[in-house]
Amino acid sequence: MTEQSPSSLPVFRVAPSVAPTTNTHLEIAEVTKNFGSQSVLKGVDLSVAKGGTTAIVGPSGSGKTTLLRLIAGFEHPDTGSISLSGQPVAGNGVWIPAHKRHVGYVAQDGALFPHLTVGQNIAFGLNAGKLDGGRRAVNARVQELLEMVSLDAAMVKRRPHQLSGGQQQRVALARALAREPELMLLDEPFSALDAGLRVATRRAVAKVLNEAGVTTILVTHDQAEALSFADQVAIMRGGKLAQIGNPFVVYTRPADRATAELLGDAVILDAWMEGSLATCSLGGVPVRRPPAQGKVQLMLRPEQIRIAPDGPIRGVVVDTDYFGPETTVRIKLAETNASQHAASGNGHRYPGGGEVITIRHWNASITKPGTELCLRVVGEGVAFPQEREHGQE
Amino acid sequence: MSTVSLLAVLIALFSLVPLGYVAYMTVATGWDTAVELIFRPRVGELLLNTVLLTVITVPLCLVLGAGGAWLVERTTLRGHRWWAVALAAPLAIPAFVNSYSWVSAIPSLAGIWSGVLIATLSYFPLVYIPAAAALGRLDPAIEQSAASLGLGPWAVFFRVVLPQLRIALTGGALLVSLHLLAEYGAFAMIRFDTFTTAIMVQFQSTFNGTAGNMLASVLVFLCLILLLAEVKSRGTARYARIGSGAPAKATRLPLRHYQLPAQLSLAAVTVLAFGVPVWFVLKWLIAGGVEVWAADEFMPALLQTLLYGAVGAAVTTVVAFPMAYLAVRRPSWFSKLLELSNYVTSSLPGIVVGLAFVTVSIRAVPGIYQTAGVLIAAYVLLFLPRALVNLRSGLAQAPKELDEAAQSLGKAPLTSFVRVTLRLTAPAAAGGAALVFLAIVNELTATLLLSPNGTRTLATEFWSKSSEIDYTGAAPYALLMIVLSAPMTYLLFQQSKKVAGQ
Repeated sequence: MTEQSPSSLPVFRVAPSVAPTTNTHLEIAEVTKNFGSQSVLKGVDLSVAKGGTTAIVGPSGSGKTTLLRLIAGFEHPDTGSISLSGQPVAGNGVWIPAHKRHVGYVAQDGALFPHLTVGQNIAFGLNAGKLDGGRRAVNARVQELLEMVSLDAAMVKRRPHQLSGGQQQRVALARALAREPELMLLDEPFSALDAGLRVATRRAVAKVLNEAGVTTILVTHDQAEALSFADQVAIMRGGKLAQIGNPFVVYTRPADRATAELLGDAVILDAWMEGSLATCSLGGVPVRRPPAQGKVQLMLRPEQIRIAPDGPIRGVVVDTDYFGPETTVRIKLAETNASQHAASGNGHRYPGGGEVITIRHWNASITKPGTELCLRVVGEGVAFPQEREHGQE
Repeated sequence: MSTVSLLAVLIALFSLVPLGYVAYMTVATGWDTAVELIFRPRVGELLLNTVLLTVITVPLCLVLGAGGAWLVERTTLRGHRWWAVALAAPLAIPAFVNSYSWVSAIPSLAGIWSGVLIATLSYFPLVYIPAAAALGRLDPAIEQSAASLGLGPWAVFFRVVLPQLRIALTGGALLVSLHLLAEYGAFAMIRFDTFTTAIMVQFQSTFNGTAGNMLASVLVFLCLILLLAEVKSRGTARYARIGSGAPAKATRLPLRHYQLPAQLSLAAVTVLAFGVPVWFVLKWLIAGGVEVWAADEFMPALLQTLLYGAVGAAVTTVVAFPMAYLAVRRPSWFSKLLELSNYVTSSLPGIVVGLAFVTVSIRAVPGIYQTAGVLIAAYVLLFLPRALVNLRSGLAQAPKELDEAAQSLGKAPLTSFVRVTLRLTAPAAAGGAALVFLAIVNELTATLLLSPNGTRTLATEFWSKSSEIDYTGAAPYALLMIVLSAPMTYLLFQQSKKVAGQ
C-alpha cells in the first residue's frame, strides 16, 4: 500500500497552492448535493490555484466523485456556488453546461468512444473548421498529442479495444488535452490499472500535465497516489473536506485519527499530555501544538519508530510478515514500569503499557519472533483528544 | 418531467388499450352473464385443450431446445457449427406453414397430438436459441471450479450448468407458452380448438359478440398467470458490461460412442422440423407449375407485405426508443412500470389486440376502423419488446459516461447524443427493426381482423388459399415467407450470441 521507505521521512516540499495566492483558478463555496434523501455533499469549500495539482482522497462513498462531476458540469449543485477563473459557472442562478466550461475530464475507464479509432477519439473535440489548415492541422495536432502522452504514432488507426488499459488512459488524456483545457479533472484514472502500470501511467500523466501547466484535480482512494501526485491534498470524508494541505503536512500532521489512518499506517497509543510532551509506552514524545492536556491519543507513523541497539524502549517481537525489501514487525511493548520514566515522576501514572505496535524494518534476520529489541522514536508525534470507543489497531 | 418521460408515459398508456378493453368488456357484460358465459362446458373443453397442449408441448420444447443447445455448445459434436444453425432454422417457418405441410403429408391429422407435434417442431428453437446463447456465454472457470471441488462431468452439468440456464429456459418456456396461447392458423388448419381459434370463430359469426369477449378475458387471464409464473421463477436479471476481456473457450465433453446417436437424433429433429415443411412447399410448387405465380395476385401481396413490414418496423423502433432510453439511463420504479405495461400487452395474443382495436376503432374513433394506421398500431403493440430488448442492449453499449466525455470535449448535449449515443445504438436498433419486420411478415391473426379492405399480405393470401384447400396456390406465398424469414432468423441467431443480459 504505502510507498514510504522505512528509514527516511518524506522530503518537505513547499507547494505553490499552499502559499497564499490571489491566483485562484477554481473556487468552490458551500456546495451541497443530495441524491434523493441521501446527502452526498454537506457543504464543501475548496480553492485551487492556477497550475496547481490537487488530489481529493477519501473512502468510497465519501462524495469525491460527485464533487468532480459538479466541477465538470455533469450535475447541478443543490446549494453553493462554483466559479472558474473568477467566472461563476454554477450556483446562484448561474448555470454553464459542461460543453461550455472548457474543463477536461478523464473518467475511471477512459470512456473512449468504441466506434471511433484512436485518432478520431483524440480529434473528437477539435473542430477542423475552426483550426487553421483544416484536416491536416487536426492530424498534426493528433500526432503531437500522441507524442505528448508517449504513444506511438502508428496507434492512430487502432480501435480502443485493441489497446491496453494504460494506453487507453493515455489516449483519454490526449483527447482531453486536445482542446487545451485550463483545468483537468481526473476521476480515479489509474485505479483500473495493475500496480506496476499504475505508477508508470501516473508519473507519465503528471509529467504531461505539469509541462502543459494545466490545473489538475485528481480524485482517488489511494493515499500513496494522492500524496505523490499532488501538491495539495484534500481529505474528503462523509461529504465534507476534513483537511486540506500539502502532502507532507497532511501526512505528518493529520487533523484527526480517521484522516491519519486514511493516509497511511499509524501507530496510535494512549498517552498523557503535559505541556508539549506526551508520555506513553514509547516514553516521552514531543508534540507540536497539542490540542488537549491530560489523557490523549498519540499518533506516530511506523517509520518514526526505529530499531536501534541503544534505544531506550524495550519490546518483544510477536510476529513478522516478510515482503522482500522490508518486513512488517509486530512488537509487544514492555509492561508499564513507572520507575524507568522520569517524566511520570509527578505522581501521574501514564496510560498504556504492553501494547502491540506494527513497524517496518529492512532486516528480516534481526526480527525473529521472541527477540527482544530496543526501539527509538524519531521526530514529533501528533496528539488527538481522547476517543472513547477506539482501541489500538 | 422530461419530454422523454412524457412520451414514454403516453406510449405506455396507449399500450394498455387492449388490456383495458378486456377489463372493460368483462365488467360491462355484468357478473351474471359473465359467469354464465365463462363457466360452461365449451369453455371447460377449450381450457382442457389449451392446458394439455401447453403441459405436453413446453417440456418437449425444453428437452429438445436445451438438449440441442448442450450438444451443439458443449460436446465434441461433429459439425457443431452447422448444427447450431440447423437447429435455429425451423424458426424461419411460420407455424401455420408448418401445419399446412404436415396436413398435406398426413391429411387425417387432427386433435391434440397433432397440435403437440406441430407446436413442438415450430417452437423448440425459442428455447434452443437462448439456451445456446447462455451456454456459449457461461464462464468455463465456474465449471472448472466445480470440477476442482470434486464433481464429475454429469454432476457439473446438473449442479452448475443447468441452474445457470434457468433464466434462458424459463424465458424460452414462457415464449413457447405464449405462442401456444396466441397461435391461430396452425391449430385452425388441423381443426384443434384452442381459445384463440374459438374467439376467431365467434368473431367471424357474431363480429363483436359477448361470448367472444368472455373467451378473450379467460385467454388474457391465462397469459397473465404465465407472466407471473415466469417473473417468480426468474429472479434478478443481469445486464451487460462493456469492456470485458476476451471470453475464455469452453471445454467440450467428448461424445465418443454417443457421437452417432447424437448425430442421428439431431438429423431426425431437423428433418421433421425443417425438412418436411420445406419439402412439401416445394412439392406443391412443382405440382402447381407456372400459373400459381400469377403476377397480378402475387406482386401486390408481396409489395404490401414489404411496405407494412418496413413501416411497422420503423415506427416500432422509434416508439421503443424513449422507453429503452428511460430504462437504461434512468432506471427507477417508474421506468420498470412503463416497461411492464408494454411487456404485458405484447404477451397478449394477436387476436385479443386485434379484437380490442376493432372495438375501440369502431366505437371510440369511428372512421379509422380498417385503416392502415390501426393495423400498424397493432403491430407496434404486439412487437414492441423485440425492438425494446435490442435497443436496451444497444444503449447499454453507450453508457452515459461517453455522452459526458463528449460534452466535456465541447459538444452540445444534442450533438453528443447524435454522435455518440445514437451512433452506438444504431446497429442494435437495426437488429431490432429487422426482427419486428420478420414478425410482421408472418403475422396472420391481427392482420386478418384489422387489415383494410383489399389489403393482402403474404400471410393472409396464404391463409385464404389454403383454407380453400388450394394447396398449390398457397405454395408460392409459403415459400416467400420462408425465404424472407431465413436471413432474419439467421440474424436473430447471431445476435443472441452477442446480446448479453436480458
